[in-house]
Amino acid sequence: MELNIKYFGMLAEATATHEEQMQIETCSVAQLLEKLNHRYPKLANMDFKVAINQQLVRPDSIINSEAEIALLPPFAGG
Amino acid sequence: MEKKKPKNVFVQGAISSDFIGNSIAKHQTKTSIGAHNIFLGQVRADQVDERTITAIEYTAYEEMANQKFYEIRESTFDKFEITCMHIYHSLGTVKAGEICLFVFVSAPRRKVVFEALEFIVEAIKADVPVFGKEIFEDQTHQWKQNSYTE
Repeated sequence: MELNIKYFGMLAEATATHEEQMQIETCSVAQLLEKLNHRYPKLANMDFKVAINQQLVRPDSIINSEAEIALLPPFAGG
Repeated sequence: MEKKKPKNVFVQGAISSDFIGNSIAKHQTKTSIGAHNIFLGQVRADQVDERTITAIEYTAYEEMANQKFYEIRESTFDKFEITCMHIYHSLGTVKAGEICLFVFVSAPRRKVVFEALEFIVEAIKADVPVFGKEIFEDQTHQWKQNSYTE
C-alpha cells in the first residue's frame, strides 16, 4: 500500500522534505518511524507527534491501508 | 460521526487593525449581544543569546488545523452560552509588533465571554497544528514552541 508522508516545521527542515510517498506493508507507527529514522537520522532525536488521516495516534497504532501520515513537531499557534 | 466541512481560519500575513475594526462594526446589527471580548496575539521581539526576533513565519497542517478550529468552535458553543465567535490565524510572515491571532467572542452578558475566550485561546495553543519559525535580524532562526505559562 502507498502512504503519503508529510513533514512540517523543523521536521521538514531536518529531512529537507515536505511530502513523499512510500510503499509499505501493514505496520505499526513505531515500525514506520524506525524506517524513517533510518532514512533521516536527524529525526531520531526530535520531538514530534504522528497523525494518520489528521487524527493523532500512538506508536502502537496499526497502519493497514492507504493513508496520509503527518509528522508534527511541537505546536506554536498564536 | 458526520464531518461538516470546516471553514478556513487562516489569513495570509498579519491581521490588520482595519480588519479587526471591521469585524467589530459588523456586529452592530446583532443587538442581542451585550458583551464582546477579544484576544489579539502579537509577535514579540524576544531576545535569545543577543539576537532579536524580527518576525515569525507561520506554517500549518491546514486541513487538520481547520478541523481542530472547527472542533474548538463546536465545544465552545457546547460549554458556553455565547452568541457567536470568530477565529483568525496568520500564515506566512508576521513581523514583531504585528497581530498573528484574532479571537472574537460575543454573548448577551459579560461573564461568559471572559471564560469562553480563555478556553478558546488555550485550546488553540494546545491542539492546533500550527508551526512558527522565529526569524532573527541576522536571518538565522529557531522554532517556536508553545508553553502553558505564556
